[in-house]
Amino acid sequence: MALAETTRETPLGVGEAQRGGEFGRWVSRHALILLLGVFMMIFPAIANDFFLRQIAGWTMILGMIALSLMFLGGYGGMVSLAQMTVAGVAGYMIAVLGVSSLPKVSFFWPWWVAAPLAIVIAVAFGTLAGALSARTEGIYTIMITLALATSFFYLALQNWPIFNGFNGFTTIPAPHFFGVKWGDPVPLYYMILFFAALSYVVVLYVSRSPFGLALQGVRDNPRRMEAIGYNVTAHRIAAYAFAAVIAAIGGILLVWQNNQISPFSVDVAVVINLLVIAVVGGLGHPIGPFIGAFIYVMLRTFALDALVAVGLDGRRFQTLIGLGFLVIVLFSPDGVVGLWRRWVTRVGATNGRSGR
Amino acid sequence: MATIFDNEQRTETATGGDAFGRWIGRHPVWALIIAVAVIFVLWLVLAPWPAGFEQVFGKKLIFINALFNGITLGGLYFLVAAGFTLIFGLMRNVNLAHGSLYLFGGYMGYEATQWTGSWLFSYVIAFLSCAVVGVAMQFFIFRRMEGQDLRQTLVTLGLSIVFSDLMVWVWGGNAIQIDTPDYLDGPVGMPIVVFVKSNGEAFYLHYPAVRLVIFAAAVVIGVGMWLALNRTRIGVMIRAGVDDRDMLSVLGYRVQLLFVVVFAFGAGLAGMAGIVGGTFQSLSLGEDSHFLLASLVVVIVGGMGSIPGAAIGALIIALSEQIGTVYFQNYSTVLSFLIMVIVLALRPQGLLGRR
Repeated sequence: MALAETTRETPLGVGEAQRGGEFGRWVSRHALILLLGVFMMIFPAIANDFFLRQIAGWTMILGMIALSLMFLGGYGGMVSLAQMTVAGVAGYMIAVLGVSSLPKVSFFWPWWVAAPLAIVIAVAFGTLAGALSARTEGIYTIMITLALATSFFYLALQNWPIFNGFNGFTTIPAPHFFGVKWGDPVPLYYMILFFAALSYVVVLYVSRSPFGLALQGVRDNPRRMEAIGYNVTAHRIAAYAFAAVIAAIGGILLVWQNNQISPFSVDVAVVINLLVIAVVGGLGHPIGPFIGAFIYVMLRTFALDALVAVGLDGRRFQTLIGLGFLVIVLFSPDGVVGLWRRWVTRVGATNGRSGR
Repeated sequence: MATIFDNEQRTETATGGDAFGRWIGRHPVWALIIAVAVIFVLWLVLAPWPAGFEQVFGKKLIFINALFNGITLGGLYFLVAAGFTLIFGLMRNVNLAHGSLYLFGGYMGYEATQWTGSWLFSYVIAFLSCAVVGVAMQFFIFRRMEGQDLRQTLVTLGLSIVFSDLMVWVWGGNAIQIDTPDYLDGPVGMPIVVFVKSNGEAFYLHYPAVRLVIFAAAVVIGVGMWLALNRTRIGVMIRAGVDDRDMLSVLGYRVQLLFVVVFAFGAGLAGMAGIVGGTFQSLSLGEDSHFLLASLVVVIVGGMGSIPGAAIGALIIALSEQIGTVYFQNYSTVLSFLIMVIVLALRPQGLLGRR
């Protein structure tokens, strides 16, 4: 299967191993990602609030939720469309348990009770979704998780006592602690950056841990893993639970950044866009979802102007997204990360040949 | 592997009516429970409810309406899901653009009624236009990625994004309703007593004729599909293709042609269902995902690739939706969701599905 090929661990850095000790080699192997990290740390110094919130914030949050999809799809071979819904559950729970403009529904508990509880509930939901679909494979997983996601959207839309129906919740403030107002653009940016970087590193770590390796074994040949004595279903469900933690944190950040949540935060279009993000970025490496999210956010923000500039209707942005997705699926199944890797190998090959 | 037909039919033809008697002999308790349930449902439908019963469960009229709405909506769900499950059974292609085909068929039918004024003729237009789109999808895209289930599914997802946006472009975001033709407009009396007035006069149920006619048409189409699959040559080819398409093509049958025909038929069914949906309810932005969800849940519950499964699943889901909206307003979707969860937990392949 193509997925299996793409997830083999190759560092994204181009640099060849150099002399100069363990640390130097490590730095040069990960030069690109370290540069990106440094750039993200100093980004608030050079960018205005619009870029912090609308571009960087959205990219990292959508990237995190897509990362949970990438973990399941790339390492587990289970393309789950319920990840946006897990994030939505966490977002809704933080609005219900915490503070919102609806005193009738919300419990007004402090954030340090509401947020962990929201994560626990969302992870329970994600694990349930996993338990339902873990016994099936491939396209069946897509069907079942899509059905789950759509059911949740209609539930949120129709249910007034808990989800406040069509309107959802507004004015959900980000918390205020250690003397910092975390809803302000710069603190919020750093909070999102912290969690995004953390989830990236943790996913990378887990993918190389015994659990992650077993999961990749389950992806490539569940029968053989079963024969060796691994519990295939348990590994899959555990993967869903782990992915749900990342998606839940992403969902809470989404609500704090956006200050509102409604059924249309989790509707089918959003669920599908998340898959588009993950697939366009590439299911082969944890950086893929963030790249996909960046492309998506840039398109969403600037496509209107760009389309108008070339004389087309700016409202056809969704068609543009769909066509871009089709092109990627048809011509580069492993997304932008796959394109990048192929380019690196080609450059490496020509360099090697000329050097010889 | 899922199939379009199931084993039960074979046993039925072999042993005739005995099978039923033997089943009762083997499961007397279940037979009793089912018999009691059937009698209870018949009583619920046919008899006027006693006053005490109405106080607890609400008016009989409401229940009967929900029941009839559920059954007729089941007919609509079956039309959409049958094409979906047929395409899936033969080509292993989860066509996530099926909801878009439904909506497209509805819009084309609307245009046809606007132009020609004929409601029946619009079905032809909707069937043909969706079939053409289906043929194009199969011929230009899916043929090139045969056997890559996941990639095909992703492509259908991409297509559904593009289609739904283009349809918003052409027909706008407002809801469109297709007018019921005059000869089917209005209610008809049914031999079901809803309540008895104090002077002893019985009040009978009146139900929209168009919904009953459409349900009858759905049943006819379902039986027709079953007959076509089980009694005709092309049906034999399709069933053989479901079981082993490589072998079928080795035997010299033109599998690609078969695929195109089945895709066209499934897409055309979805298109015709679009008109039905436009007449029952309305056509608008978001209906495509509503009916995609409906067909997904129906085939998950009924069994993927099974036509009788689609019929049973459609009935169960539509009934639970309608009864749910009447009796547990805020949680109606949870009901169909729960049914799906229970079926998946007990029978992951669906009620009539085969591994």
